[in-house]
Amino acid sequence: MIPAAFEYHRPKDMEGVLAVLNEHGDDARVMAGGHSLIPMMKLRMADVPHLIDLQDVGGLSGIDISADSIRIGAMVTQADIIDHAELASVAPILREAALQIADPQVRYMGTVGGNVANGDPGNDMPGLMQCLDATFTLVGAEGERSVAARDFYEAAYMTAREDEEVLTAITLPRPQGGYAYEKQKRKIGDYATAAAAVQIVKDGNVCGSAAIAMTNLSDVPVFSEAAGAALFGTSVDDTALKSAVSAMLDDIDPTEDNRGPVAFKRHVAGVILRRAIERAWSRA
Amino acid sequence: MKDDVENREDRVANLKGLGCSRKRVEDARFTQGKGNYVDDIKLDGMIFGDFVRSPYAHARIKSIDAAAALEVPGVLAVLTAKDLEPLGLHWMPTLAGDKQMVLADGKVLFQGQEVAFVVAEDRYAAADGIELVEVDYEELPVIVDPFEALQSDVVLREDLDPNAPGAHGPRKHPNHIFTWEAGDKEPTEEVLANADVVAEASMYYHRTHPCPLETCGCVASMDKVNGKLTLWGTFQAPHAIRTVVSLISGIEEHNIRVISPDIGGGFGNKVGAYPGYVCSVVASIVTGKPVKWIEDRMDNLMTTAFARDYHMKGRISATKEGKITALQCHVTADHGGFDACADPTKFPAGFMNICTGSYDIPTAYLEVDGVYTNKAPGGVSYRCSFRVTEAVYFIERMIEVLAIELDMDAAELRRINFIRKEQFPYTAALGWEYDSGDYHTAWEKALKAVDYEGLRAEQAHRVEDFKAGKTRSLMGIGLSFFTEIVGAGPVKNCDILGLGMFDSCEIRIHPTGSAIARLGTISQGQGHATTFAQILASEIGLPADSITIEEGDTDTAPYGLGTYGSRSTPVAGAATAMAGRKIRAKAQMIAAYLLEVHDDDVEFDVDRFVVKGAPERFKTMKDIAFAAYNQAIPGIEPGLEAVSYYDPPNMTYPFGAYVCVMDIDVDTGVPEIRRFYALDDCGTRINPMIIEGQVHGGLTEALAVAMGQEIAYDDMGNVKTGTLMDFFLPTAWEVPNYETDYTVTPSPHHPIGAKGVGESPHVGGVPCFSNAIQDAFRPFGNRHTNMPHDHWRIWKTANALGLHD
Ligand SMILES: Cc1cc2nc3c(=O)[nH]c(=O)nc-3n(C[C@H](O)[C@H](O)[C@H](O)COP(=O)(O)OP(=O)(O)OC[C@H]3O[C@@H](n4cnc5c(N)ncnc54)[C@H](O)[C@@H]3O)c2cc1C
Repeated sequence: MIPAAFEYHRPKDMEGVLAVLNEHGDDARVMAGGHSLIPMMKLRMADVPHLIDLQDVGGLSGIDISADSIRIGAMVTQADIIDHAELASVAPILREAALQIADPQVRYMGTVGGNVANGDPGNDMPGLMQCLDATFTLVGAEGERSVAARDFYEAAYMTAREDEEVLTAITLPRPQGGYAYEKQKRKIGDYATAAAAVQIVKDGNVCGSAAIAMTNLSDVPVFSEAAGAALFGTSVDDTALKSAVSAMLDDIDPTEDNRGPVAFKRHVAGVILRRAIERAWSRA
Repeated sequence: MKDDVENREDRVANLKGLGCSRKRVEDARFTQGKGNYVDDIKLDGMIFGDFVRSPYAHARIKSIDAAAALEVPGVLAVLTAKDLEPLGLHWMPTLAGDKQMVLADGKVLFQGQEVAFVVAEDRYAAADGIELVEVDYEELPVIVDPFEALQSDVVLREDLDPNAPGAHGPRKHPNHIFTWEAGDKEPTEEVLANADVVAEASMYYHRTHPCPLETCGCVASMDKVNGKLTLWGTFQAPHAIRTVVSLISGIEEHNIRVISPDIGGGFGNKVGAYPGYVCSVVASIVTGKPVKWIEDRMDNLMTTAFARDYHMKGRISATKEGKITALQCHVTADHGGFDACADPTKFPAGFMNICTGSYDIPTAYLEVDGVYTNKAPGGVSYRCSFRVTEAVYFIERMIEVLAIELDMDAAELRRINFIRKEQFPYTAALGWEYDSGDYHTAWEKALKAVDYEGLRAEQAHRVEDFKAGKTRSLMGIGLSFFTEIVGAGPVKNCDILGLGMFDSCEIRIHPTGSAIARLGTISQGQGHATTFAQILASEIGLPADSITIEEGDTDTAPYGLGTYGSRSTPVAGAATAMAGRKIRAKAQMIAAYLLEVHDDDVEFDVDRFVVKGAPERFKTMKDIAFAAYNQAIPGIEPGLEAVSYYDPPNMTYPFGAYVCVMDIDVDTGVPEIRRFYALDDCGTRINPMIIEGQVHGGLTEALAVAMGQEIAYDDMGNVKTGTLMDFFLPTAWEVPNYETDYTVTPSPHHPIGAKGVGESPHVGGVPCFSNAIQDAFRPFGNRHTNMPHDHWRIWKTANALGLHD
């Protein structure tokens, strides 16, 4: 478990980062908390001749909450999310989800930016950000652009981000209504067997809107528009729950691994989603 | 010791002897990060070795080209089997009488097998070198199923003459290793054929791994000037390693010094000899430099010493009233590519023949077939004494299955069949003589503690609610009553590679009344430095705090067979007590001389010898120690030292009663352990706090094994669980609260009555957790379902019983 030799860069600003990226193309990679990247390098599954540590780059941390949106810097750690009282009250689902990621040691290092940029279907933040309709800000040699989280993921480890771009921030509208992040895992530190992010708005006695995303049930996070639609206008009764679950099941495509075969995962996904919706609805 | 302590109670307390929850003396250094593990050893000019490992489970090696690797700056050498062959070291003997390739000799038999050893100035260069060694493999058909292996035309071990017998008798097939039998075949079959009730079960005790936090490793340093080899390593049996190294290398034993420094857990993983040790020694001889080899986590999980992998088929018969009449067991044992099980030589299936358990079963028969497959070698006793975990799992499942067949409560069935107190010493149908036990008392105490009746009522209620659609959660009550067989063992039937399994202790009392004792064992976390001092304190009347315990350096410690199979207290602990008694015998003579009375007129009292009937006339052990070094006593040699080599007359048989209560989410397969009660009877209790710690640790490893810890292979022989992401190592989060309890039934033949405890909780815990799962589904028709009970397998059980419809 020793990585191949690499050059270590620690630029002080984004220009410096972009310069190394432009010079070395896909031989260079940025490192945030390193808790996905370093294990891959040690297993020699990722070969990174030029490693660019983002630690000293300014402007990537900070959580800014405005009247209708939230901006989270890419280098904000999962622990920062958990500890941020205002964020916890404005967008409690972020804290609920972050607490289910890995363990405290990983969460002190692992960043939100790294988690969403990584492109690993096991990561929890991508699905969460799709549920919350977040937008990712990318900076490259050509300047800045934004990509919706719901359009960002193409395949496992393949995203809309170009190799020479850096993800600098995540922006999301202030979440409305009830929420739940429900995750089944084998143990602390494990990725999800199935996880569901649900944000739901109650309008009188019926569902005014619902956003649903699933994690680790396909090679990308799954934003299930149909599942949310199945709840819209209903009183979130058993029939509505069933149709939301069945809509979600049409959207996921799990594969067998050590957590279990496909039939099991599909069943658990349904149970987890149902519980998440029920919890979110009870909080709406 | 303060001389002014006169009150007898205070004098006893001052010793911190038997029964005292003395704090562990080891912890001062461990909690401050001052332990000294193998990887902490740094020597001048030290270089590093690491392996090129096979990506294939079965392949022929057509060529190895190290040229590019040797170009890497810092890479010094690449050893292959060809380099070791002239030294006769390309193969090595295993503990089980087989032989194993040190480096691949023409073919590989499991994924991760050692192919070449890259020696470099640092670990980074070695890792880069490994990447550049080009090995040309020709893939061969892979066999990961032992039943298939026994049918297949594919011969795994081409080095063996298919017609020649193996180390344990005739072989039935080129991929067959041995057949081992115990008990009476025909009588057992006859009883089964005519029985009122017969229950059957096939169970697979999956392959797992001891996974100590510290992996295996060593530092070999050959001093070419004086011809001495020093080998530091993670050895559970340093003396045996010295002998083995001498036998296979030809270096005379006095020129080899083996040192086990602090060891970060062993659990059986560190008993055997591994290619890394041999290659490090050779590399040190070749380069004249100290060579370090340390496994990484994947190497450890994939290659050194798995545990279990037993396919067990059982039949058990009983009368209508539930009295067991016979037990039959057949095991197909998957040993992997080489037979490297760590068992006493005469026991190729370890003590699997303890599988009649805690029950008075008049007739029994066991047959074990060992088989080669394309998996890693090993078969070690992971926190147990030589396959006792398998045996206890087997019988505790058979009892449950029989209870189902009889439609009887499983606690009651156990009660009816326990060996009764007055039957001890009890000779079991498969040959062992159980030393002592009081099973009924322990069982009643356990059932009462958990309110067993109440739990059953609650469970029945839950089943009703479940059937009525009011809950999706089921409740399981796991029972287990185990008897272990530990403390190997009597030299007449236990040896490893011809080395009798005695153990030893050597004591030196210093003039000022403190002492050092050295033993042939080696602690890996058990707290020997704490407990053995306590045994001695009570025997010789000097405070435990004044006694240093030292183990693990073969140049200073007396010869012993090491620490595994819960043998340290039963064997080396006995040696310690016996050596202490020799000290005391001499001290008595000195005391009598000093008090000017006859030897028989003084008697030992806690920390002194007193004149019988005149307690005010005494000499403390401290006085006596000083006298031993400063007075010329007629007829007595100066000094106060003793050595004891202890050959135990029998094994010891700790036992215990465990109960686990679980709630199971039928829809997700997620279990929640609500309660775990563990009553252990390990005979005389030396240090209750350490016992408690051992019980917690053993139960946690039992939880791991029962609920998910697995070395799984795919059909191509790829290890699917080679990292801690997939290999389940429980954390504080997954571990339930444990309630511990005890009874005390001393061993009649052990000098202080102690039986050993380190492994009991693991042995008894695995079936207890498993039985809880199985019990939850019993009302719905479950008979047996295999471990590990991870979420999907629990879900699968529920699904197969139609509980998701
Ligand atoms: C034991 C363990 C358990 C874990 N369990 C979970 C879990 O349950 N759920 C979960 O979601 N995660 C889990 N993780 C992953 C953890 O949350 C990671 O920290 C996270 O996935 C990546 O964040 P990072 O800051 O460490 O990124 P890094 O490892 O530094 O980077 C990851 C990838 O993203 C790229 N990257 C990072 N930052 C940027 C950026 N600003 N712009 C562009 N690209 C960037 C890197 O180049 C790299 O390819 C676990 C990790 C470990 C070690």
